[in-house]
Amino acid sequence: MIPPQPFRAVVVGCSAGGLEALRQLLGPLPATFALPIIVVAHTSTEGPSMLACLLDRVTALPVVEAEDKMPVEAGRVHIAPSGYHLLIENDETFSLSVDDKVCNSRPSIDVLFESAADVWSDRLIGVVLTGANNDGTNGLKTIKTGGGYAIVEDPETAFAKAMPASAIAGVAADCVLPLAAIADHLTQLSMDDGRSRR
Amino acid sequence: MRDAEIQEIEISLFLEALRLRHGYDFRNYARASLKRRILGLAQSEGCVTVDALIPRLLRDQGFLPRLLARLSVPVTELFRDPAVFLVLRDEVLPMLGSYPRIVFWQAGCATGEECYSLGILLKEMGLLQKSQIYATDINDAALATAEEGIYPTRAIAECEASYRKAGGIGVISEYFHSAYDYAKITDEIRSHIVFAHHNLVTDGVFCEVHMVLCRNVLIYFDRNLQNRVAWLFHDSLVRGGFLCLGTRETLQFAEVANQFKTVHRDCRIFKKTGATP
Repeated sequence: MIPPQPFRAVVVGCSAGGLEALRQLLGPLPATFALPIIVVAHTSTEGPSMLACLLDRVTALPVVEAEDKMPVEAGRVHIAPSGYHLLIENDETFSLSVDDKVCNSRPSIDVLFESAADVWSDRLIGVVLTGANNDGTNGLKTIKTGGGYAIVEDPETAFAKAMPASAIAGVAADCVLPLAAIADHLTQLSMDDGRSRR
Repeated sequence: MRDAEIQEIEISLFLEALRLRHGYDFRNYARASLKRRILGLAQSEGCVTVDALIPRLLRDQGFLPRLLARLSVPVTELFRDPAVFLVLRDEVLPMLGSYPRIVFWQAGCATGEECYSLGILLKEMGLLQKSQIYATDINDAALATAEEGIYPTRAIAECEASYRKAGGIGVISEYFHSAYDYAKITDEIRSHIVFAHHNLVTDGVFCEVHMVLCRNVLIYFDRNLQNRVAWLFHDSLVRGGFLCLGTRETLQFAEVANQFKTVHRDCRIFKKTGATP
């Protein structure tokens, strides 16, 4: 049997109330956090995004907007550019698309999660935070099917409950946590060599 | 073997069959988004797995147009990213004004909205008379729509705000003849555009141009194909010619990067410097 492997990446999706949630999620992460973090946050505009700049100020990790063909880097937060789907290629680089919206959204959380699950399968952690639609549910399901780890924000702590509630209803999540507890849990998982999970 | 790995084999077989049967080579497209499109095609064809598309691909004569329409999804609108058109109007096109004849190539024109936006811009700048636009795509259905230049009146009206932000000095509807719910681009603008089938994967340089517009096409290619196409643009451009990419596209990872200098970073407009390779 193949021994359990440590995690390789974290994907995060959020919508309404997402900026504040991301501040609380990324803020407490240590500068030594060893995994790449990739974020889709629904934004209203298609112009240059301010999100990466805003978040860069609140976390010890460098925050960048993902560009086409840019490599996924450990210890970095990568934000999907507004107006584009963000996908992961097998060589662990980013690609973008302007294909049709999914769940009325571009970038779509499902698109990121599904392509990330293809690449990292059971070594991927998916996190669904606050939001007012059901984007992310199908993607989180794909992550679980591939053997990955699913975290959902407790709808009670979410600014908008619909998205985490939809994920909880649709996916057997590994844990449902209040927003304030997710950063600690991610830090533990990032140091896990995989043995404790089996 | 994981399901995702089996699916990867099916996709490779499908792409090989497409290349051998019809000569379209999608093997160097960025895999992740291509996979979504192929899965979308399988679903719309009622196929549970991708390999079930292969017999159809080999023997069903009507399948290829449906396939191409699905694999090259045209997403465009008039004056999409108005900030780019504003920079073209204020900073870039005036530099081309001194040429006796200005040739543009829009690669990946889809249903034509973007090259008509360029035509409108050139008209308002007084440059249309000496301009020639070549607009190319691999999707013949999209090209047919582009050639007609007929769009829903409502879609045109929705782009009025973008047209204004792009520095438009008139009213966008002036450039269309309206009849009921549809409107057709004026002959004056239409007559300066030639639409043609051209495949960036396999076809070469077809003329010398002063500006290449190719927005949100390179993102669908892998790095090898991006390199090929970036060289193709380089070889098509006159020295000092301009390349305009999508607002999230970059030359940074392409071999040809040192042959261009950045003219406008946010709008991704580059100028061919003509340094020896």
